[in-house]
Amino acid sequence: MLAAIVALALLGLGLGYLLGVAAIHLRVEEPEIVQEIEALLPGTNCGQCGFPGCPAGAKALAEGSAPVTLCPPGGKPLAEALAAKLGVELDLAAMGDDSPKVAQVIEEQCIGCTRCFKVCPTDAIVGAPKQLHNVISDACTGCNKCTDICPTMGIKLCRPKATLANWQWPKPAITPAQALNDIKSVDDDDRQEAV
Amino acid sequence: MSEYLLLIIGTALVNNVVLVKFLGLCPFMGVSGKLDTALGMGMATTFVLTLAAAASWAIEELILAPLGISFLRILSFILVIAAVVQFTEMLVKKTSPVLYQLLGIFLPLITTNCAVLGVALLNVQEGNGFVDSLLYGMGSALGFSLVMVIFAGLRERLEYAEVPETFAGTPVAFIVAGLLSMAFMGFAGLPSH
Repeated sequence: MLAAIVALALLGLGLGYLLGVAAIHLRVEEPEIVQEIEALLPGTNCGQCGFPGCPAGAKALAEGSAPVTLCPPGGKPLAEALAAKLGVELDLAAMGDDSPKVAQVIEEQCIGCTRCFKVCPTDAIVGAPKQLHNVISDACTGCNKCTDICPTMGIKLCRPKATLANWQWPKPAITPAQALNDIKSVDDDDRQEAV
Repeated sequence: MSEYLLLIIGTALVNNVVLVKFLGLCPFMGVSGKLDTALGMGMATTFVLTLAAAASWAIEELILAPLGISFLRILSFILVIAAVVQFTEMLVKKTSPVLYQLLGIFLPLITTNCAVLGVALLNVQEGNGFVDSLLYGMGSALGFSLVMVIFAGLRERLEYAEVPETFAGTPVAFIVAGLLSMAFMGFAGLPSH
């Protein structure tokens, strides 16, 4: 009994120690900038940028082969931070209106199937089988995995509460006259096509 | 020498780890969609399986058997395999970035590959010595790689075949795997080790 405990503990400790030593001696020096960029990224490896995970995305950013707007979950605040870090100019207009979003459960549609929190990379969804689930917004990175898997479309991405980091100027509202003009011109186009 | 050759052929073809012993089916179905990924997985598994077979032999002979704690075999083998895989990953990352790019994603997956643990346990069951264990591991791994490459090639062809809609995708892959397994039964006529 004692021999078993001691032997296994020593085995584990020994292997762990060897791995630790190996990690120091075999460390590959990543450029500092890559590490810094990686620290900025959400780190959930959602793959929406097209790279296999955040480390690969950070590497591409450091090499300059990816735009700073690559990360949909990070949105504009991240793009701004990355642009400042890399010293590139940033055209936010090209990025569309994708401010960071967080998942939200639509309570009427949640059937408590637990599928969403199994796929959540940050454990941001809480709940139990056949119980209403809920999202912890602070932990949600908006990776969109849960919305795809929900069988009842009972989870959607919403804009989180405005903070200093993510607040944006509202879009200029369209005046009624302008809206009328738009409708008219569309109608004209339709008519021409019909003729 | 010839007995070693027989051992390798016996484990690679006659007692193929995937198609006859049905171990490591997860990467067999999961990573066989494309030929180059299948080859990468096969190479990574070959490396780890050979190393793990030797390491677990050492653990069994030097620690478990003398202390009479063989009931901890599975637990300690998993520990050793995980450590070996981690170490391999670090070593490959340091020494060969190209190989790391190729194997990178597959290496951690092998930690939980039942073929690796299965071969280590079979080695103990058959009472193999160190060289035999090493060759047993290498033969099994070569068999695994061979089957992965064959199956990936077949699946790439299947993509272009006109499969009935009901069978398209995974079902027909399962059927092909079954046929391949039956084909490998033909090797049973070869002298087994």
